[in-house]
Amino acid sequence: MTGAAMIVVRDVAKRFTLHNQGGAVLEVMAAASLRVGPGECVGLVGASGAGKSTLMRMIWGNYRIDAGSIRVAGVELAGAEPRQVIALRRATLGHVSQFLRVVPRVPALDVVAEPLLSLGMDQDRARAQAAALLARLNIPERLWPLSPTTFSGGEQQRVNIARGFVHPWPVLLLDEPTASLDAANREVVLSLIEEARTRGAAILGIFHDEAARARVCTRLVDVSGFAVAA
Amino acid sequence: MTGAHPLLSVRDLTKSYGTRRGCADVAFDLWPGEVMGIVGESGSGKSTLLGCLAGHIPPDTGRVVFDTRAEGPRDVLAMAEPERRMLARTDWAFVHQNPRDGLRMGVSAGGNVGERLMAVGARHYGQIRAQAVDWLGRVEIAADRIDDKPRQFSGGMQQRLQIARNLVTGPRLVFMDEPTGGLDVSVQARLLDLLRGLVRQMGLSAVIVTHDLAVVRLLADRLMVMKDGLVVEQGLTDQVLDDPQHPYTQLLVSSVLQA
Repeated sequence: MTGAAMIVVRDVAKRFTLHNQGGAVLEVMAAASLRVGPGECVGLVGASGAGKSTLMRMIWGNYRIDAGSIRVAGVELAGAEPRQVIALRRATLGHVSQFLRVVPRVPALDVVAEPLLSLGMDQDRARAQAAALLARLNIPERLWPLSPTTFSGGEQQRVNIARGFVHPWPVLLLDEPTASLDAANREVVLSLIEEARTRGAAILGIFHDEAARARVCTRLVDVSGFAVAA
Repeated sequence: MTGAHPLLSVRDLTKSYGTRRGCADVAFDLWPGEVMGIVGESGSGKSTLLGCLAGHIPPDTGRVVFDTRAEGPRDVLAMAEPERRMLARTDWAFVHQNPRDGLRMGVSAGGNVGERLMAVGARHYGQIRAQAVDWLGRVEIAADRIDDKPRQFSGGMQQRLQIARNLVTGPRLVFMDEPTGGLDVSVQARLLDLLRGLVRQMGLSAVIVTHDLAVVRLLADRLMVMKDGLVVEQGLTDQVLDDPQHPYTQLLVSSVLQA
């Protein structure tokens, strides 16, 4: 590991209380700990339901941390103020989710350029960088002015990936980045991940594609050990 | 984007209507550039709260401290009426659900925008008209409609005109009451895109009341959930929606129909 860890998860626990289902309490995770340093790509493994996505969501900040500590680039996420998480996501913490969530009607080019605009880049430069990435991901130029809500699943996924790589976030969370991609586009995405790793990004991902995992991951963490026995 | 003070700091805000609770013990800090959504069903107190914040409804108790340009943090509720009215015309804006409540329907589109500029002292006709044209363009209303009256506009255009009228003076804080309510879905999307762009370009802070969870997810950084006049949960928007803690929020989120 080179340099200070960018993601530090310590003794994290997570439970869900389902108030509208008789107050059932699901203890889903206990004592989860891991670290990801710059230049590392750590793959989360474990059976479906073992808590890979839950852990990723706690690091992204959309799941609350019930116990323990998660630090991303030194910022404590447990109990963080919304504005701290927003600032972290703007400049430091990138995310490629499985689903594209956008305002309908906004052109694909602007969807991809938006993270750069919110960092204060001027529109022409942001669009040029977005265009280069869309081209690299083989999204035909005639689609750039259209809203991605009308695109196929694979095209939407590539727009999502372009958005997730358009800024060199020092920390990246990748949720199944190669799912629903053909061989050529899968290759492009794997190269993007390798380039991000080479520039020193700390990457944490879920890859069901075993060959992809073997190629880009520097290390694997099995989350089964964090699951609470039912 | 983050200043030393919150732009708006609210404490212990309570408003009752006789024995009925409007809203009670509301407290939050809104920082520069933040967009906060307030959700809850009809009667949950969200519109009462917005009215109290914006100075339309006098609360029974509480403090609403705004970081003024000239004098720093000031309790708006303790201000004299003329001073508060000046603030409402300059640094604040209020976008009503029904454009008819925020527009002068008998005045031209250009007049609606220009009027607000004149209220803060603009007198040069050419400059006022140029700024009106610029703002109509920003909200995607063609320049050749400047002399038309709002009643000749569609609902979506009226709403965009109301936004132009409100933002032309460069406010720092915008209150919005169901800004996309009553609009067709396609028009809603266009308005959402417009609002997001304006918030980003102008560094606006906003408080948006809505019952539409999809709208807050796309527009708001943070979210406050109200029920029976009380704030039952607040936090980062996607955390409140993806990992709701309070029984009412869980019910609200699980009741949304998937399109």
